[in-house]
Parts: sequence; structure tokens; C-alpha cells
Amino acid sequence: MPGKLKVKIVAGRHLPVMDRASDLTDAFVEVKFGNTTFKTDVYLKSLNPQWNSEWFKFEVDDEDLQDEPLQITVLDHDTYSANDAIGKVYIDIDPLLYSEAATVISGWFPIYDTIHGIRGEINVVVKVDLFNDLNRFRQSSCGVKFFCTTSIPKCYRAVIIHGFVEELVVNEDPEYQWIDRIRTPRASNEARQRLISLMSGELQRKIGLKVLEMRGNAVVGYLQCFDLEGESGLVVRAIGTACTLDKLSSPAAFLPACNSPSKEMKESPLVHPPSHGCRSTHNSPIHTATGSRLTQNFSVSVPTLIYTGMGSGSAGKEGGPFKALLRQQTQSALEQREFPFFTLTAFPPGFLVHVGGVVSARSVKLLDRIHNPDEPETRDAWWAEIRQEIKSHAKALGCHAVVGYSESTSICEEVCILSASGTAAVLNPRFLQDGTVEGCLEQRLEENLPTRCGFCHIPYDELNMPFPAHLTYCYNCRKQKVPDVLFTTIDLPTDATVIGKGCLIQARLCRLKKKAQAEANATAISNLLPFMEYEVHTQLMNKLKLKGMNALFGLRIQITVGENMLMGLASATGVYLAALPTPGGIQIAGKTPNDGSYEQHISHMQKKINDTIAKNKELYEISPPEISEEIIGSPIPEPRQRSRLLRSQSESSDEVTELDLSHGKKDAFVLEIDDTDAMEDVHSLLTDVPPPSGFYSCNTEIMPGINNWTSEIQMFTSVRVIRLSSLNLTNQALNKNFNDLCENLLKSLYFKLRSMIPCCLCHVNFTVSLPEDELIQVTVTAVAITFDKNQALQTTKTHVEKSLQRASTDNEELLQFPLELCSDSLSSHPLPPAKAVTVEKASPVGDGNFRNRSAPPCANSTVGVVKMTPLSFIPGAKITKYLGIINMFFIRETTSLREEGGVSGFLHAFIAEVFAMVRAHVAALGGNAVVSYIMKQCVFMENPNKNQAQCLINVSGDAVVFVRESDLEVVSTQQPTANCQSSCTEGEVTT
Amino acid sequence: MTSELDIFVGNTTLIDEDVYRLWLDGYSVTDAVALRVRSGILEQTGATAAVLQSDTMDHYRTFHMLERLLHAPPKLLHQLIFQIPPSRQALLIERYYAFDEAFVREVLGKKLSKGTKKDLDDISTKTGITLKSCRRQFDNFKRVFKVVEEMRGSLVDNIQQHFLLSDRLARDYAAIVFFANNRFETGKKKLQYLSFGDFAFCAELMIQNWTLGAVGEAPTVPDSQMDDMDMDLDKEFLQDLKELKVLVADKDLLDLHKSLVCTALRGKLGVFSEMEANFKNLSRGLVNVAAKLTHNKDVRDLFVDLVEKFVEPCRSDHWPLSDVRFFLNQYSASVHSLDGFRHQTLWDRYMGTLRGCLLRLYHD
Repeated sequence: MPGKLKVKIVAGRHLPVMDRASDLTDAFVEVKFGNTTFKTDVYLKSLNPQWNSEWFKFEVDDEDLQDEPLQITVLDHDTYSANDAIGKVYIDIDPLLYSEAATVISGWFPIYDTIHGIRGEINVVVKVDLFNDLNRFRQSSCGVKFFCTTSIPKCYRAVIIHGFVEELVVNEDPEYQWIDRIRTPRASNEARQRLISLMSGELQRKIGLKVLEMRGNAVVGYLQCFDLEGESGLVVRAIGTACTLDKLSSPAAFLPACNSPSKEMKESPLVHPPSHGCRSTHNSPIHTATGSRLTQNFSVSVPTLIYTGMGSGSAGKEGGPFKALLRQQTQSALEQREFPFFTLTAFPPGFLVHVGGVVSARSVKLLDRIHNPDEPETRDAWWAEIRQEIKSHAKALGCHAVVGYSESTSICEEVCILSASGTAAVLNPRFLQDGTVEGCLEQRLEENLPTRCGFCHIPYDELNMPFPAHLTYCYNCRKQKVPDVLFTTIDLPTDATVIGKGCLIQARLCRLKKKAQAEANATAISNLLPFMEYEVHTQLMNKLKLKGMNALFGLRIQITVGENMLMGLASATGVYLAALPTPGGIQIAGKTPNDGSYEQHISHMQKKINDTIAKNKELYEISPPEISEEIIGSPIPEPRQRSRLLRSQSESSDEVTELDLSHGKKDAFVLEIDDTDAMEDVHSLLTDVPPPSGFYSCNTEIMPGINNWTSEIQMFTSVRVIRLSSLNLTNQALNKNFNDLCENLLKSLYFKLRSMIPCCLCHVNFTVSLPEDELIQVTVTAVAITFDKNQALQTTKTHVEKSLQRASTDNEELLQFPLELCSDSLSSHPLPPAKAVTVEKASPVGDGNFRNRSAPPCANSTVGVVKMTPLSFIPGAKITKYLGIINMFFIRETTSLREEGGVSGFLHAFIAEVFAMVRAHVAALGGNAVVSYIMKQCVFMENPNKNQAQCLINVSGDAVVFVRESDLEVVSTQQPTANCQSSCTEGEVTT
Repeated sequence: MTSELDIFVGNTTLIDEDVYRLWLDGYSVTDAVALRVRSGILEQTGATAAVLQSDTMDHYRTFHMLERLLHAPPKLLHQLIFQIPPSRQALLIERYYAFDEAFVREVLGKKLSKGTKKDLDDISTKTGITLKSCRRQFDNFKRVFKVVEEMRGSLVDNIQQHFLLSDRLARDYAAIVFFANNRFETGKKKLQYLSFGDFAFCAELMIQNWTLGAVGEAPTVPDSQMDDMDMDLDKEFLQDLKELKVLVADKDLLDLHKSLVCTALRGKLGVFSEMEANFKNLSRGLVNVAAKLTHNKDVRDLFVDLVEKFVEPCRSDHWPLSDVRFFLNQYSASVHSLDGFRHQTLWDRYMGTLRGCLLRLYHD
């Protein structure tokens, strides 16, 4: 009994009228935790009752504290008949269980009813007294912090990044239990909400236990999902990255962390990441693979498809497995891990060494009833299988780890597609625990200066490439090989040199499939999958070329299964990486060259494409300078002596290939138009309209090339459902419909947010679902952030200038690490060339922290305003405290759809209510923002004939306290020394 | 391909002022889209008609959801569902309660009952204001009326507190409520030249001087069915006004009054001779208006009488406004020199307000 939960019900307001006769309500409240229930007195005849109850005390195990939600029910007292429920509030008390988070939950919560929506508000105070129990950590995992943020949270420092944690719990879905036939929809919805709340709590506790086993104290990049498998049950699964985090609470914290466990102690002083914010090195061409497997008794195996980012050219020469040697050292740290996966998308400086490319795996499964909820082995096995596949793909790319890792499912009836994807990478082991690192660590630390091109360098052996690729020497350092195109699922590393701006690139694809049952259906799907993957990839590649760019970040490919079709939607942010070669154009080749008019048509198309490329280059300010040979010998230290050393043999092979792949060579990408399909493809390429001027969009945290954000942000969710005319649907028509749907949706967003111009839509997240035969639903969540146009305009710098400045940045950052530790994460984390304050004046490129500080303060930071953003930071503000994870699940149902304004009215109101409930919970925790907010699920079902609709929404995020940087004068005390250092450095380097 | 569902929900509720105005003006989505297209917004933004349609629908839906809260503005401030910055909240409320001059002139002084609501159709046809907008405005009047009807204390303060309106708008509503409560006739043809502003000005003066609240003797002990202090005219005062009749009934007093006024104004008035000729008629008119105010019917006709008995005669003789002012000042002041007249305070309370009103009403 190591905990005491105390609850006080203060008052209610805006209650609905429950007694028609008096137009008033006799309300009272039931407070339930576990199996204990307390009641307040009935407050007669008021819509604004003042209960002012005593403290209701629950004495409970901390295990229950973690699993159970506090359940508050507001009822209307009725003398003669049963009391009517007004609504409920579920409060997750987890944030009260660890010391650094919230200490009290107190505030107005919307009273929610699954049939009527929000019905008034209730003021509640919740506290927890945890008794000091030495054994506590054995039974529960109280104290493990959870973060949805997929980078190291702003006011923490990563001491060790332990790695992948996953867990999964299953249960019967109450909606499908026999009792559901006799109970009311309300009771059924509430049973489901409660069950999912319980399961999430249990899942989180179990994950916490795993983290403690790994000797970590936090989970970062925590992603929890529900699979509504219908008849066969309900699965709640979660993945995350276990870490040991140190709080950077005061300036004193940047002194070598002494309070960390002994093992890290000797490392930590050395570990100081040599830059501001989150700096990382990634790298990759693409390596995607599709595997499709069926359930145990029935198995059709689809050959694994590996394709590359290369459009042309092949350097596939015979060679030996040299890379094995290279990998050996760094890999050892990861070897004992079952899955060396990381759900992070942005990393501490120096963490990421190389990026190999995107790895993905899919598998088609037939669902069957989960017979024993306590042993979710089947589902576990499915995922283990997929993860194994991912791991082997990564290996094939010469990588020992996968970063930016995520998992998803798509379910239609009894068929389920499991997907996993990530970015194969080579990591720097110094963050990865244990002693295996000893030898190489010390030596590496001196040499491992951050290079902004390092992550682009290939991790695999060019003589033994897993796929045909076109390699050139890095355009930045001229020392290592890089691929001509790079696809990744992570955020753009902060130190990557990007030319121009980035843009959102989407590939959209539909494929009809026959309606079928069970195995036949699963087979059909597995047969279609590889082709879809291939086409999605081709589309991405074409669009990327059309934009004149050479790398994709934040790539997310979603395949959705419906009764009679499959949909593929890939979103990514295209950029031009300075280290990679200039992309070639797109060349169209006709098949029947003799036909004159056809010829003309082809050349017309070709011209259009060339014009588009030219226009895009201008639009996104892509003007890579010709590189003169002089700057190649820039002051950047030899980036990777280690690999040199280990690769002595491959050194020589470099010489050989050099002849073939001179850096100037750019093959054009050839599109063959041999049938109408291809024609369609070309047309669809040209139909994507760029956003109106003043608008940018990306699906990563921030927009490459824009770094002067102002503080205005607007997070939104937009949902569209279209009904296809079922008559003679063809793939083309379907594609067009889907394309129009997405394009129109984007256009609408640009129009709606036009008052924010100049602004950028960041973290644009599209989700596709197929709720019914002829319905396509697209849900978009994103945040619009304004930026300062004046500064944004001066982005085009010559490469030379940039590289010099960057070089200086690198150096000064080295000297500055103490500053970094105290103020780094000031908020500017993923913003490109994050720098110290005074550097700003000297170099127009730098602007990291300064920009934010100089941002005009928000006009009215009224109490009660809660910001929501899918990003991990708030522009112009510093996150001072993480209050805990917000993970909420709501069901809303109506039997009077028309009266509530039809489907649009119904869903609009519901989403607004969900936002309101999230804000209320954050405010009650004492926070003023939710970061890394995500709407993980929005399942909408309607039955207009019955005038009914139902919707399930699952959202999560991190509740935080932020302070406007303009209100923060404290930081400046830290600056003087750093300033001096940096300006000196600046001088030396530039002169 | 048809759009089944199309929504946009922002963490901060987006309010488009232009669309809000169209919504308030009662245009259907289709009409609103057409009007927006005509405004040239497509060319400015490069959007398509479909985008505009979707955007308009979305805003309309939001406004529809907000409308419930706008009916009780303090709710809008305390609700949690829509996160709206305070300045925007104020704008929403202010615009929602704003009304059209043409509309308010039609219903000013009428009983805000269902029966009148049937007339909204006619008003809509007559004024060109959409029926929907008429409904909203009428319902606003009625709602404010209902809420403050039973309340004690300053009418303007009550309205401001319960509807969070700006001072200006709250005063206008006070006038509307006051007129509706006292059912002043404002629709007669000869009153058509008067604007709402004219009436509102008079209402304010009357509230300040002729109601129970005005006397400042706010009874601390509620006199059972106390009249609403600011909304009802002071019955006792109206009763007393009969006493003024002596000013015209007593021939000597009337002559004396006339000679006092004439002496004072000789040479100062451009229309002196007309004034002299008309003095008795005018004075009779003004005093009789006062004397009749005991009857509800006559209270309602107050403005008709004032225009008939005073404004029109003066206007037909082409009195300039300055002369009217001179005359009314002198006319009121001279009574103090009438020895036989004992109701000086009453006269001042009556004439002070009336003078203000008449000066405001005296224009073309």
C-alpha cells in the first residue's frame, strides 16, 4: 500500500438542465478509483453546484496507481427513478507519480458524455502521496518518465540511450461482447473507454519495468497505438526508446554530470556534444523491402523487394565484404540487443554517424480471435518477425541500427497489414551504454569532429552494394562516397548543409482489388503490395527530381487496406543536400519515335517538365554553386580516420571506381512513355501545384532553409471523406480522385491559413483510411508557424560563404560546449545552424537561439491559453518543465446525426471537444502547452440511414510549461564567456 | 466523387471577419460564396471556387456552434471548447449584437412578442435585410429585453454585464429596451425622418430624468412590485405633470409667460414675429403633452405629439435650429419668474429633458 490518492470535488458549472420542470439540476458526483467509490452530497437545484467536498482518500498500490484512471461521474439525483448520468471525467494520474512532473492536478475539466459530448465542467483537485518504499521499483515502474517527443526532451541531457522497448497487451473488445447486445450504447462506449484507459496504463507500467531493467529512467519517442481488430479483439501496443536522462535544471547542471550512475561518470565529461541543439549525422540511399506473410496455417511468401534511390547508373562491381570490419566495433555495443531500434528522429550531437537508407517491412496477416488475453503471443510473434526482417535489411545496408523507427497497422475486416519502417544507420556507440566502447571511444572523441556531411557518406561497401547505386565523392568534403539520392525517415540533422528550402513531397496511389475472403484476400493483397511499394517509390523519385532536390527526410509510407482497394500514401520533405550531387533532370522517351505528332507531343511534355524543374528551383531557391577545387581543402579535419584505418583495403578500390564515377557525371532520369499508364504518371507529376507564395510546407519538425520563426502557431486537424461513384472504377480514376482529394485538401489549408503568411506548415501528417467500400477518409494534422520574411529572404548564400561559416560554427561550438549544456535546448533544438547569440552579428547564417529570443513576444499570453503543436518545441519559447504524457481516448456516438449538423457538424464538434479536453488536462497539470501532439487515430463510422454515427479518437502528447524567451533574462548571465569565445573563433576562421 | 465530410478544426478557432459578416447578414452558404467570389478573393489568393465553398461551409458551421454561446456572452468567455483570443471574443459578441439601422427603426417601440415576429417577413421585404438577419436582430432585442426586464439597477450596466457589449452598443440596447417597454410609437409617417440615433438620444435623456432610477431615491426596501427603476417612467412624476396645465389654462399666466419670453428674445430671434404669433399654440402644445402623459396611450404617442405640436409648426415657419434653442431655453427659464407658478422643480424635470429631445428631433 505505497500510495494515497486524494481527490476533492470543488464545484461544477454550466451543467445541463436535467429537470425539465424546474429547468435546473440536482447534481452529485461519484469518485471512483479501482473498486472504491465515494460520493458527494447532492447539490440541489443548481446549474453551478458548489460541492466543496472533503478529501476523498484512496489507499492503493502503486501498480494500480499506474494502471487505473481516476473516474469521476457527475449525476443528477432523482428521487423516484434511477439517477441520470450527466457525464464523466477520466483523469490519468500518472503525471503525479514522478517527482519532476506535476505535483497536483487541479482545474476545470469538461464533463464528457459519449452521446451528448461535453456537458458543463467540473473543478477537481487531485494529489498523490507516495510512501517511500524501497521495493517500489520491483513491483511497479513509478518514476519512469515518458515522452512522446522523438528527440531528447529540451530540458534534459541524454546520458545513455539504451534502445528499443516494446510491449503489447490484448483484450476482448467490449463492443463485440455478447453483453453489448443488451446494454446501451453509452454503457458500451464507456466500457471501451475505460478498458483502453486501463490497458494503456498497464502497457505503460510494463514498458516502464523494461526500462528499469535496462537501468534507464525514461522512455523517449513513446508511441502507443490501438488496433481495433473487431471480433478478434483489441490490441494496445507501444514502442519507445529507453534512455537515461539528466535534468538540466539549473546552470549548475552543465558541470559534468556527477549524479549519474557510476559507469557513465567517467564518460560524461567527455560526452559533451560539441554543438548546440540536437545535432546529428545521418545518411542514406534507400533500401526498402516488402515481405508479406500470412498466418501460420496459410503462407504465401512474397519475394522481398529491394529497390534503391538510384535512378540510373550502376556501380555494382564485384567486391568483398569489407564493411563487416568497419561495423565490428560500433556494432558490438548493439549486438546483445535483440532489436537495435530507436524511435527517435532527431539525435544528440555526434550520435548518428552514417545513414544507410530507409528500411521497411510489411506483412499481411489474417486475424483470428485472441483466445487468451493473458498470452498475446501471436501478435508478439508477428511483430517480432517483422522486426527481424527490418534488422536484416539494415544489416544488408551495412548498418547495425535502425533510427526513426515506427510501426503501424491497417485493418480491414479480418485482414491486417503490419508495417514497420525506419532508417538504417551507423551510430556512435558512446551513447550506448556498456564498456564495449572503451578502446575506440577515447581516440574517437578527439577525432570525431562533427562533419556536416558525414551522415551522407555511405555506410555500406561500394563494391558490395545491396542494390545498384550511383556513387560520387561527397560534394562537401570530397573524401567519402555519397549516393546520388538519400531517403530517410528521420528529421533533417541540424548541421546538414541544405541549399534553398525544402518542400512537402507526396506520392499517392490506389489499386483496386477484388473483394475476397480470408486467404484469397490476403494473397491478393500480398501480391499487390510489392508493386505498390515500387510505384510509390518511383513517384517519390520523380517528384523529387521535378523539384530539383536530392534527399527526402521524414519519409512515411502508409498502406491502407479496404474492401476493394489498397491505398498508398507516402509523405516526405524534399531538400537539396549540399553534400549530394545535383540531381539530373527527367527525360521522356517515347516508344514510337516515327510518329510525328507523337514526337511533338513528347517534346512538348519534355519542355513542360524542364520548365517545371526550372521553376521549382527558383521557387525553392535551389542554386547550388559551382564548386571550385580550392575549397575542397577546407579546414575541416579529416572526418573519419577510423573508417580509413579499418578500410585500408577498400581505400584502393576507391581509386578504381573513381574513374567511372567522376563527380560531374549526372545521368538524366529517363521516363519511358510506353503506354497510357505512363502517360498518366507524367501528367500526375505535373498536376501537383506548388503552395501559394509565402507558404511552405514540410512533414518534418522544421522547414529546412527557414530559421527565423516568429511565435504565432496554429495547430489544426482537418478531415475529409469523399464518396467514390462506384460505377466502373478504374485505377486511373481512383488515382485521380485520391490525388484531387489530397491536393484540394492542401489548397484549402493554404487558403484558410492565408492570414498567417509568410508561414510554413510543419509536421504535416496525412492519414488515410477506408471506412467503407466507396469512402476515402483523409485526416491531416499539422501546425502553421509564421516566420519573419525579411530574414528569410536572405537565404541564398554562396556555398563557399556557407561552408566557411559553418566551419567556424563547428569550431566555436567545440569550444562552447558548456554553454550548450545549459542553454542548448533552449528550444532551438532542431533549427539548423544553431549558434550562440553574438555569432548572429558576425554571420548571417547563424540564428539559432538568437532568433527565438528576438522574436516578438506573444501579444496576449493570457492565463488559460494552452498551445498545442505536433512539434517538440515552441518557437520563441523555452520549455522549462515536462509535466507528463497526455494519452487520451474518446468515443463519441450519436443517434441524431442530422440534428447535430450531419457528419461534418458531428465530427467538427467532436474534434473541438477533444482539443478542449486535452487543453483542460494540460491546464490542470499546471502546463500551458502540449508538444509532440499527435492524433493517432480518428476512426469514423456513419450510418446516415439510421441517422447514426460513431467516432473514436486517440491523441497523445507531452504536457509542458513554457516560458517566452522574451521573458527570460536569466540566460544572459551565462553568455559573456561564450560570446567571447565564439567571436574570437569566428575571427580566426574567417580571416 | 462527392465530398461527404469536410472539416477544419484549429486549436485556436479561426474567425474570418468577412465570412462572419456574411453569416450575420443571413446569407446562405451559396450566396456567401457568390459574394466572396465577387469580392475578387479568388484572384487575390489563387484559390478555386471549391476551396471557397469548403472554407465558407466550415466557417458557417463554426459560427453555428458559437451561436449558442453568443446568446449568453459570458458563457463564451468561460467555455472551454473554442479557444478564442479575448479580442476576437469581443469582436464576435459586438458584431453579433450589432443591428441594422433600417431594421431597428422598424421594430423600435413595438412589443417584442411573437406576433411582431410574424411581421419580420414584411420588414425583410421592406428593408432588403434577409429574414435570417432580421430574426437574429429581433431575437437579440428580445433576449436582452428578457434578461434585463426584471433586473434592478442601471439598465446600461445590466446590459453590459450580461452581454459584454461595448458602452456604445449597451446604450443603444438600453434605448431599444426602454422603447419596447414603453411602447413609444415611432413608425408613423411623420416620424419617418427621425433616425434611431435621435430616438436613442431621447431615450437616454428620459432614462436619466424621467424614470424611478433617475430620482436617485433608489428605495432600499423593495417596494413589493417595484417598477423596474430604469425601464418604467416614474408614474408619480407623470401624475404630477398635470399640475403644469395651469401654465396654459390660466390666461394671465400664459400672457405673462409670453411677454417674458418675448421681451427676452426681441431682436435676438430671426423668426421673432412668427414666434410671437405662435407662442400660445406652442406652449399649449408642450404643456398639453405633459398633462396627457398619465394615459398609457398618450405616453406611446409622445413623439408623434412632439413632432405635431412643436417640430412641425416651427419647421413650417422655417425656424433655424439656433432660434429653436434660444426659444426653448428662454421658454423654460422664464417660468421661474412666474410668481404664481409653484411647480418649478417639476417643470425643470419635464422641460429639461423635453428641451434636449426637441432640439434633437428638430431637423429635416
